[in-house]
Amino acid sequence: MANMSLEKVKMPEQDPNVRNKNFEEVALGYDEIMAMEEATRCLHCKNKPCVSGCPVNVRIPEFIEKVAAGDFAEAYRIITSTNALPAVCGRVCPQESQCEGKCVRGIKGEPVAIGRLERFVADWYMKNGTDKTEKPQSNGKKAAVIGAGPAGLSCAGDLARKGYQVTIFEAFHKAGGVLVYGIPEFRLPKKIVQKEIDKLSELGVTVETNMVIGKVLSVDELFEMGYEAVFIGSGAGLPSFLGIEGEGYIGVYSANEFLTRINLMKAYLDEYDTPIRHAKAVAVVGGGNVAMDAARSAKRLGAEHVYIVYRRSEAEMPARAEEIHHAKEEGIEFLLLTNPTKVLGNENSEVCGLECVKMELGEPDDSGRRRPQPIKGSEFVLDVDSVIMAVGTSPNPLLRTTTDGLEANRRGCLVADEETMKTTREGVYAGGDAVTGAATVILAMGAGKKAAAAIDEYLQNK
Amino acid sequence: MFEIVRKKQLNDSVVLMEVKAPFIAKKAQAGQFIIFRVDEQGERIPLTIADYDREAGTITIIFQTVGASTKELAELNEGDFIKDFVGPLGVASHFDEGIKKVAVVGGGVGCAIAYPQAKLLHSMGVSVDLIAGFRNKDIVILEDEMRAVCDNLIITTDDGSYAKKGFVTNALQEQIDAGVNYDLVVAIGPIPMMKFVCKVTEPHGIKTIVSLNPIMIDGTGMCGGCRVTVDGQIKFACVDGPDFDGHKVDFDELMRRNSTYQKAERERGCRLLNQEVK
Repeated sequence: MANMSLEKVKMPEQDPNVRNKNFEEVALGYDEIMAMEEATRCLHCKNKPCVSGCPVNVRIPEFIEKVAAGDFAEAYRIITSTNALPAVCGRVCPQESQCEGKCVRGIKGEPVAIGRLERFVADWYMKNGTDKTEKPQSNGKKAAVIGAGPAGLSCAGDLARKGYQVTIFEAFHKAGGVLVYGIPEFRLPKKIVQKEIDKLSELGVTVETNMVIGKVLSVDELFEMGYEAVFIGSGAGLPSFLGIEGEGYIGVYSANEFLTRINLMKAYLDEYDTPIRHAKAVAVVGGGNVAMDAARSAKRLGAEHVYIVYRRSEAEMPARAEEIHHAKEEGIEFLLLTNPTKVLGNENSEVCGLECVKMELGEPDDSGRRRPQPIKGSEFVLDVDSVIMAVGTSPNPLLRTTTDGLEANRRGCLVADEETMKTTREGVYAGGDAVTGAATVILAMGAGKKAAAAIDEYLQNK
Repeated sequence: MFEIVRKKQLNDSVVLMEVKAPFIAKKAQAGQFIIFRVDEQGERIPLTIADYDREAGTITIIFQTVGASTKELAELNEGDFIKDFVGPLGVASHFDEGIKKVAVVGGGVGCAIAYPQAKLLHSMGVSVDLIAGFRNKDIVILEDEMRAVCDNLIITTDDGSYAKKGFVTNALQEQIDAGVNYDLVVAIGPIPMMKFVCKVTEPHGIKTIVSLNPIMIDGTGMCGGCRVTVDGQIKFACVDGPDFDGHKVDFDELMRRNSTYQKAERERGCRLLNQEVK
């Protein structure tokens, strides 16, 4: 008999006023009893709408059935047959618009907590799992993956399972892409990312760090080195600025720089060498997950006031509902329908304010969203000493400008077939943010999976 | 891990290291740079490639110990390893065909970067005047190396303790006043020096290329920490540079931005010193 409770089993969390002073994980995860109880809320629908909502098609009702029965090891095996990074996805996927968004239980009440269950299973296995990952039989073929972010990791994992000898080339000194430099420790502990990457090494995947492809080696040279196919998962890491006056002042960061200093370089820890400015009051410009991450990180560095400055209203915010909720709980102040017009600086060229204008929503634009327009005479100055720009990123031009025959669109995104992720260059596949522009971790992983299947087919028939 | 195969102290605070990095050595060109990280707790610091040996697979870096990370690097010896070493980054220097006479101006440790530029120009058959400035006699570096890659080496010292007394800008001005027609000036050194070299060349309409040295983290264009204003536009020095048209660079902004972490850097420098005292 299914558990007909309308609400998800609550997940324990750190108290907001404690956690906004540390970088430890906010959500503490289910224990075995909570997980089994939540698992019994699944109705095991015949047509499984949840599975179609998952970009990597995790066999959701099947794994949940095993959780309900307490067979967590088997649940893990089912999840990892299609998803290489369950501990990551269970934490950072926007489930409300994916698997859980399609869950029948969500029609009346809350959907089944699929993300929390996936996370529980992955965490349980990291602690208790005993099976050694078996290295698959080699098929003697080599494939190269550019970029060790979610797209590259998932593509590499799938190719390795099919017997390919896979090398990932990563520009940074650490693998993980946005999982290590972008998403903060309090949402995604780096220890967990590292464990997931270690699992790929057990499958035989090699990660070469400090390798900026396009500079140190070209795509052509990878083919010369014997790689028969190349997957480009280089992401969209080039930050945008607003182009307003004063963005050169000391204390103006791109969210990428701010988060890289904190997450990758551990600037908040004394024993690490990379410095960061500790501001008293911070304005974070933007309304996506990156803006929430930057704001919550700034609070944890000790800022008394942290403002989200967003030019539309809360309904249009692209950030996950849960992250907006967490940010509010932690004391982040939201200035909606507000647009920055100028960064103000003092005599030492340090930020001493952000001039903003109030906005109102006008007619819908091409994208269907109501276009914000400034209200004349509503200018005001926000008293801040740091400004973080989280207004989007675009793909880095490095690969498309150094690889012949690789086409990109007007926005700089690589052109790739939607089903096979095949680019305009034979043997070269691409996926994730490099193709779509900034999107989600799980969409990147889905693209990596599709590309791995297409690369396999291409090389089998070559 | 990247092995240090040669180390040479050039003066009290300037060190030369040859680092085994075959992939980088195969591709490196004048004007490009690397980013290093000494150890697991280390920060990422950019250094210009001073030289490379494609056959031996080595990259030469020359750096001044100005803070904690360069001090930590300087403490390593031949046979030791640097944790991370990535490159070649940035756009290689590009010189137009048809240039006949160039002044390459180096200031202090900047001479280590001016040197490969002079070498490249010299190898292109260009007539090179190399003007190298130092505070005093004790810190003169690379004199023989520089002499070998130019037609005319002018060394200046601020206090006159060696060679010509004065700044590089005085020497450059004298050359121009004496009627030397430069097609191009390349200036590399402290920001004020590059700024004043540009002030000297601007009235004469001599194109002047400078190599900028803003704060960097990744060096691949993903953070914009190294952004500079050139001709009123935001440019990322790590991918669009580090070479820019000096007459279009906002040097004052660059100087201010480079002071962002001065306090943090001083404190960490002191911490390192205290550790040694213990």
